[in-house]
Amino acid sequence: MKVAFTLNGAAAAWTGPPVTRLAAALRNDLGLTGTKIGCDAGDCGACTVLLDGRQVCACLVAIGQVEGRSVETVEGLAGADGTLALLQKSFLARGAAQCGICTPGMLMAAEELLRRVSRPDRRAIEDALGGVLCRCTGYTKIVDAVLSASVQMPTVTPEAGAAVGARMARVDGQAKVTGRDIFGADGIPPDALWIRVVRSPYDRSRFALGDLAPLRRRLAAVLTASDVPFNGFGIYPEIKDQPVLADGIVRYRGEAVLALVGTRAYVLAVRDDEVPIVWTAEPPVIGIDAATAADAPLVQADRPKNLLLDGGVRHGDAAAAFTGCAAVAEGVFETAFVEHAYIEPEAGWAERVGDRIEIHVTTQTPYMDRDEIANVMRLKPESVRIVPTACGGGFGGKLDLSIQPLVAIAAWLLKRPVACVYTRPESMAATTKRHPARISAKFGCDAQGKLVACDVSATFDTGAYASWGPTVANRVPVHAMGPYAVPHVQTWGEAFFTNGPPAGAFRGFGVPQAAIAHEAMMDELADKLGIDSAGLAQCLDALRPGWQRAHAEAAAFNAKGGVKRRGVGIGCMWYGIGNTSMSNPSRIRVGLSPAGTLTLYNGAVDIGQGSNTILTQIAADALGLPAAQFTLVAGDTDLTADAGKTSASRQTFVSGKAAEKAGLDLRQQILRLANAGPGAVLSLRDTRLSVRDGAEVRVLDLSTAGTLIGEGTFDPPTTPLDADGQGIPYATYAFAAQMAEVEVDTELGTVKVLRIVAAHDVGKAINPTLVEGQIEGGIAQGLGLALMEEFLPGRTENLHDYLIPTVGDVPEIECILIEDREPLGPSGAKGVGEPGLVPTAPAILGAVHHATGVRAHRVPLLPHRLRGAIVSLRGTRA
Amino acid sequence: MARPHTVLAGGTDFYPARVGRAIEEDVLDIGAIGVLRGISSVSEGWRLGATTTWSELLEADLPPLFDGLKQAAREVGGRQIQNAGTLAGNVCNASPAADGVPCLLALEAEVELASRTATRRVPLGRFITGVRRTARAPDELVVAIHIPKPGHEARSAFLKLGARRYLVISIAMVAATLEIANGRVANARIAVGACSAVAQRLPALESALAGAPLDGRLADRIDPTHLAPLTPIDDVRGSADYRADSALVLLRRLLAGFAP
Ligand SMILES: Cc1cc2nc3c(=O)[nH]c(=O)nc-3n(C[C@H](O)[C@H](O)[C@H](O)COP(=O)(O)OP(=O)(O)OC[C@H]3O[C@@H](n4cnc5c(N)ncnc54)[C@H](O)[C@@H]3O)c2cc1C
Ligand code: FES
Ligand code: FES
Repeated sequence: MKVAFTLNGAAAAWTGPPVTRLAAALRNDLGLTGTKIGCDAGDCGACTVLLDGRQVCACLVAIGQVEGRSVETVEGLAGADGTLALLQKSFLARGAAQCGICTPGMLMAAEELLRRVSRPDRRAIEDALGGVLCRCTGYTKIVDAVLSASVQMPTVTPEAGAAVGARMARVDGQAKVTGRDIFGADGIPPDALWIRVVRSPYDRSRFALGDLAPLRRRLAAVLTASDVPFNGFGIYPEIKDQPVLADGIVRYRGEAVLALVGTRAYVLAVRDDEVPIVWTAEPPVIGIDAATAADAPLVQADRPKNLLLDGGVRHGDAAAAFTGCAAVAEGVFETAFVEHAYIEPEAGWAERVGDRIEIHVTTQTPYMDRDEIANVMRLKPESVRIVPTACGGGFGGKLDLSIQPLVAIAAWLLKRPVACVYTRPESMAATTKRHPARISAKFGCDAQGKLVACDVSATFDTGAYASWGPTVANRVPVHAMGPYAVPHVQTWGEAFFTNGPPAGAFRGFGVPQAAIAHEAMMDELADKLGIDSAGLAQCLDALRPGWQRAHAEAAAFNAKGGVKRRGVGIGCMWYGIGNTSMSNPSRIRVGLSPAGTLTLYNGAVDIGQGSNTILTQIAADALGLPAAQFTLVAGDTDLTADAGKTSASRQTFVSGKAAEKAGLDLRQQILRLANAGPGAVLSLRDTRLSVRDGAEVRVLDLSTAGTLIGEGTFDPPTTPLDADGQGIPYATYAFAAQMAEVEVDTELGTVKVLRIVAAHDVGKAINPTLVEGQIEGGIAQGLGLALMEEFLPGRTENLHDYLIPTVGDVPEIECILIEDREPLGPSGAKGVGEPGLVPTAPAILGAVHHATGVRAHRVPLLPHRLRGAIVSLRGTRA
Repeated sequence: MARPHTVLAGGTDFYPARVGRAIEEDVLDIGAIGVLRGISSVSEGWRLGATTTWSELLEADLPPLFDGLKQAAREVGGRQIQNAGTLAGNVCNASPAADGVPCLLALEAEVELASRTATRRVPLGRFITGVRRTARAPDELVVAIHIPKPGHEARSAFLKLGARRYLVISIAMVAATLEIANGRVANARIAVGACSAVAQRLPALESALAGAPLDGRLADRIDPTHLAPLTPIDDVRGSADYRADSALVLLRRLLAGFAP
């Protein structure tokens, strides 16, 4: 059928089946990839477009229904000459786009509203944006951007030497607010073949493949385990335990078994029952208790007791010290599998170029991907090129391989580009999760509230494969005592294999789970001693006035009686930046070409957190030229050096330091060429670089000077930990405290978070807007962890059964940035990526306790769980 | 209409059920059929054409009788869903958690069905027969939903409980229509959703309310035994006990809200 309609004001026509989703038609046939697909099910709103001026999900509209109507997409917002609309400018200036995958949908939803109401209030904005999920920003800056869309903010273009500390707009932001940014699914060549992965419907099963010949006749290829040169991958060099394609046995629901390769329409049309697999399901090992039972079946045959690893920290004599404590608190806390729920599912494509394979993929870690693909394909690392696309959110979930080995192997064998884009259910079922934890904590203090001893033991469900399990099990014992000086410490971490999804890296590597335990203990000790819990922690001065106000307000509210009760809680945390006692170097280059182009060669992937901008700001000031003169080459393993993975909150601190050194190195070279002193002032115009040293000005003609490259490397100094876990695990730590105010409906068990005040020591806020964005986004995820998020294989594999906070769930957030300079860090900065999330759940749970007397021992504290706890606390069902 | 086919209206239930697979069945798109559009007032009540969207309902000039249904419309999905999803689609999809259904039950809605050869009207309570099952024959279309004019001045209300603010499937929801004469409840119709396979009216509660003065004590007439028709289940959103408890709480609040 031919469909004629108006697209962004111009006549458009499309031919094909009328039941085709509008989103697919726009993206695949009309070349408008600004409309994003996060779920194809109406749940995320990334595909929001205007149909006759009303916002709709383009993934739910039949193209046949747009006949004769008007469709507007993000590409239509800017003027014909490319001038950004005020709304786009506002998003850019206010930091409303982080990864940018939700941005087109947000913009269109806001556009619908702003056409009707030019100055909407917060409530109207929430109603208008309620259907678009953002996993990065915590919505705060998005709402601000819409609230003040009509007020143009001056563009911040810092002078040379003034970039650090400036609220510069993201250097990659323009593409994000115009829909031009190319994410994993956006740049796929039209002639690429497509992969659909056939996955295990069982938690644990043996299987036999039947005759694949009929399928192979219809498709370009059907890949099985035997097509994978080395069928094992994993984060640790010595633990390559996860097969690319399962070989006769599956260990979790969603595990990849076969890859169907063919044209897109063909592979989608293959029905699961046409794939000949005979399953012999076995009783699965689900949960920690099942994994540690005496007669537990083994998840991996060569892993006795299902144990991945264990270890701990010991200092002083905790057992003896408890006997002398004035107060002791004890408790056991359990958390669930949590899904990253980035709005961009895994996506990318590969192409064989001679004897090399090039992979374009959404990833957090190009160099690890390169080495892993080389290992899986039995190639040299130099034969693999990773070209990271824009990354629509990662949070740790895009540190493990997903589509990479499948598209690489298929493209290699077929000598054609091959693409793969996970569906939302597939992304949720197949990829890693936050580790479920069971944490037993015991803390003791003296009569003044000074901590004396702690004993914390954390047991993790690491799922079917190791992934980042060792990292979590190592990091948690080091952090489990909380950000407090405790003379007698005993901590333990252990991780067990189960037939759950592989648990991997997720913002905080287990520390958020541990913080729930240690902060509940701080509350209880304070209660026992009758002291204000804010008195227990350090670094809380910033919260103190707010704490008193919040307590007074809650008390006044509760005095009125009624079923709603308010409470105030506090959460504190510390977080070691970078890998635990392991080298994690970064290398950054800054180049000045004969054409006068100043380039930051940045191997650190910006997954939305802003490293492209932060590193530019740092390098600019180190060099002494304005940040605006930099161009960026990011991520590509052929063009940039290894700056490690975007994880462990390390890019500002580690890669930032490398960028600072690279900038300084280039500056040294320039000063040497110009024979100028250290205080010289640089300025660059076309190919003329002038160096002013006092009264003297020298001009270097770059076209004759040859390419100048400054390079910097940094590896944070740490030492290995001894048998007692003592040593220097991290070169620096971030500290934070957050206060939450909540209102609990005691009859329904629902919790409304009213306000969060977050005080974070970030060393130096290189870009305060981006720093706040990290904190606000972390808070939204912490809120989800505390109140709504629980991944259950087979049951919550979509974004309507698995709930993440919407714009209406995240409260007003006040960020207080504390700049306690870290001498090692670039301009004194440390990391902030993960710390935003860690104290939030403890603060909210503490506030719920304050409001109701219920101490949550299991998260998420879903309404029915809280209601149940309130009922049993009161001993009646009143 | 003779071949097996699936009806497509707003697509908000149709497409989510088809993620990651090719759509190969025959589809009858009713979106552009003029006679299925729009809301009209007729002598015996109101006719909501089958393709009436939640947004169109919200924007329509309707008496307070429709306030509850409008409250539900505001709570369905997000704006995108309200702009595309239809009331008839909500009813035909027959999800236990369909927010429109308790409201429409409390409005005594009738479903008008048409095939090539005949038309018929079925009360909503008999139209939805189970989880995702209706009395619609394969060759029938729902062409309209009819709301009868109540005998007295009437008001309605709706409350929904979900685990987040927007885009949330109800854990439980309640709807009530009260006909009011001389400051008293002349007739009450109460329905609860997401607490049984098909949303249920609560006849015992309705009788208990008949004749009650319309004041702050309306909610005191509720007795837990009135909820006997409900058969809540445990699922990821909540336990059965919690659902039963919450339905009671919501009903009390709903009725309390009618007090002048
Ligand atoms: C993100 C999201 C959030 C949602 N939130 C809610 C919510 O909060 N509350 C809620 O109740 N629902 C919710 N829904 C479900 C859905 O939006 C509603 O049920 C909607 O009203 C369905 O209408 P539709 O026109 O889109 O139906 P369609 O998807 O077009 O059709 C639904 C079903 O009914 C059949 N059908 C439709 N019209 C007719 C007709 N006239 N005659 C015969 N058969 C017909 C179709 O064949 C199909 O089986 C949500 C959906 C999404 C995607
Ligand atoms: S892609 Fe359309 S709502 Fe998610
Ligand atoms: S910026 Fe919203 S999802 Fe990343």
